[in-house]
Amino acid sequence: MIIRNARVIDPANKRDEVGDVYISDGKIVASKSEIRNPKSEIGEINAKGLIVAPGLIDMHVHLREPGFSHKETIESGAGAAAAGGFTTVVCMPNTSPAADNPSTIAWIRDRAAAVACVNVLPTGAISKNLAGEELAPIGSLAQAGVVAITDDGHCVQNHEVMRRAVEYARMVDLPVFDHCQEYNLVGNGVIHEAYWSTLLGLPGWPAAGEEAMVMRNILLAELCDHHIHCQHLTTAGSVRLIREARARGVKISGEVCPHHIALTDEAIQNFDTNCKMNPPLRTQADVNALLEGIADRTLSILCSDHAPHADFEKEVEFDAAPFGIIGLETELGLFLDLLVHKHRKIDIARLIEMYTVEPARLLKIDAGTLSTGAPADVTLIDPKLEWTVRVDQFQSASRNSPFDGWKLKGRAVRTIVSGKTVWKL
Amino acid sequence: MTTRWTRKDLLGLRELSADQINFVLETADAFKEVGTRQIKKVPALRGKTLVNFFVEPSTRTRTSFELAAFRLSADVINISASDSSLTKGETLKDTARNLEALHADILVLRHGSAGAPQFLASRLKASVINAGDGAHEHPTQALLDLYTIRERRGKIDGLHVAIIGDILFSRVARSNIFGLLKLGARVTLVGPSTLVPREFEKLGVEISYKIDDVLPKVDVVNLLRIQHERQRREYFPGLGEYTRLFGLTKERAKLLKPDCLIMHPGPINRGVEIDSDVADGVQSVILDQVTNGLAVRMAVLFLCGGISTE
Repeated sequence: MIIRNARVIDPANKRDEVGDVYISDGKIVASKSEIRNPKSEIGEINAKGLIVAPGLIDMHVHLREPGFSHKETIESGAGAAAAGGFTTVVCMPNTSPAADNPSTIAWIRDRAAAVACVNVLPTGAISKNLAGEELAPIGSLAQAGVVAITDDGHCVQNHEVMRRAVEYARMVDLPVFDHCQEYNLVGNGVIHEAYWSTLLGLPGWPAAGEEAMVMRNILLAELCDHHIHCQHLTTAGSVRLIREARARGVKISGEVCPHHIALTDEAIQNFDTNCKMNPPLRTQADVNALLEGIADRTLSILCSDHAPHADFEKEVEFDAAPFGIIGLETELGLFLDLLVHKHRKIDIARLIEMYTVEPARLLKIDAGTLSTGAPADVTLIDPKLEWTVRVDQFQSASRNSPFDGWKLKGRAVRTIVSGKTVWKL
Repeated sequence: MTTRWTRKDLLGLRELSADQINFVLETADAFKEVGTRQIKKVPALRGKTLVNFFVEPSTRTRTSFELAAFRLSADVINISASDSSLTKGETLKDTARNLEALHADILVLRHGSAGAPQFLASRLKASVINAGDGAHEHPTQALLDLYTIRERRGKIDGLHVAIIGDILFSRVARSNIFGLLKLGARVTLVGPSTLVPREFEKLGVEISYKIDDVLPKVDVVNLLRIQHERQRREYFPGLGEYTRLFGLTKERAKLLKPDCLIMHPGPINRGVEIDSDVADGVQSVILDQVTNGLAVRMAVLFLCGGISTE
């Protein structure tokens, strides 16, 4: 297959030029002459005006299987990923049973191999049953093929348990991801603690509840000399802490979800449960700090925290509704629209780097590049295409998005995994 | 009466204009007279069905709504959390749709979750009246408080009102703040710093942690019950200390202007937020509030119930 006349952006190789990309036998090859079986593989795509990028990686999604297939399945979640331009997704372990044991990891990998149209990489739990008390068999999880450990959705409160988890993960060379939430400070909070929580009488979730754990993670990353990645950061204080720690060389990183820069806590004023997520929507000052953190590379990863829930679960009283929204099919559009076009915080090459090189380096996976010999995972992006979000057209099995009807500029138009087109606009 | 009422629901005072609040109070004037008659009943809502749907326990507010509905000749049924299907796992939405399938015209909802009345109002044809949702709003309580102040002082504009106690968890406080500010009053919140966070200043009120400085200046004190059964312990050290710092004791009551009104939404904890003698004293209008609550709720049911038939 040949993709012609595109703007090829391959940050791993510092390539940004109009040119062609050649694919043979599921791999990237250097030239047309290396396409092994020209007759069967000579499909040609004229990609004039489009960007050809390495297949994008979303390292924070919930695919809900096993256990919650009424919300999403590995198959439907992978379909949503493909429709969003993602060739690789990293799924979180808060399934039922939890992915805290090698058998569940094996099941997820088998299921993905059978039904998923994109690469699905599982994470394993830090603690048994995500309870934060005893370590999960992290070494066995590593052997079973997890790419990181995390208790996402939960947060290990006991600093000693977390310390030993990080030390142990260092031995088996797995990065540790953390959902930063200090339970005593957060209590039963469902909305950022500030003006709108005061006005609406909803229990507040203070910024300090996130920042206390970011600080803990910085200290433990230093103590254990091992990488801790802080998931879905939302506050100005978290950005400041991470910036200072990275400047000192601490092995710490942070990620941003599109809803935390697209919306503020004001969106909750009508009690819309599609604006309820954990951590919650914050203030404009926090949004501005996140944007600056993205611009100056303090925050290096973009992701969705794709969290499907069924309509009947979300259509309840605000404080009874589950946290989370889906995001795979809107995140690239939102980030292109907001970061590149509207706020001009980064250029499109950096955006692609944050979705490819950065997660691939953290996860130590062979992905996120158009290097010769790499798997032919490719995303074609039309950065100027104007489109309207329609949740009823989503590939995801769920519809819990606050972005229905939003008009966005830029999106993926074709997703190729191992040389095969798995989705096309 | 120049203001027309076009609202199907009463969800809170934040969404009402000063004109609309005054219109409810004026309508209540007409209904207050009904309570003094030999036959305390008018046919305004005859043939209408009202459901008192109390997912959170309440005696005072439920009884007041029930009696108000009886006096308007509506048919009333009461459903509480324990005998509803919510305990069997039914969602709020399904329970309410079932009530609507029985052609209920007015749903009076008391619920522990902020926003539950908004949730139902946007999904049901029936009128939804908020009888208290979590720590969000309790509009009829604030309306009866406004009515009582207006009745006693002839106006609200320009008066200075202190709301004292647990503000953070209080829906009564929030609805009073919205209503009082819209009608031109000045509002000062008083209570422990943990229960009166500074964030409230952004709503347009003042905050003081020194009750003795505030009492001599105000025209009304509205005391809120300390909801000690709900509180996590960390908010303040104990009821004894609360009384010492913020209780309206006999001594403190001497600081009040002679014409200052003492209000309380009830139930009272005598000896905690208010001394027994002060609660029963000449400045107390606590029982007037209860009486006025009936007239105000009749007005609200009449106005909203009248809309749903159009």
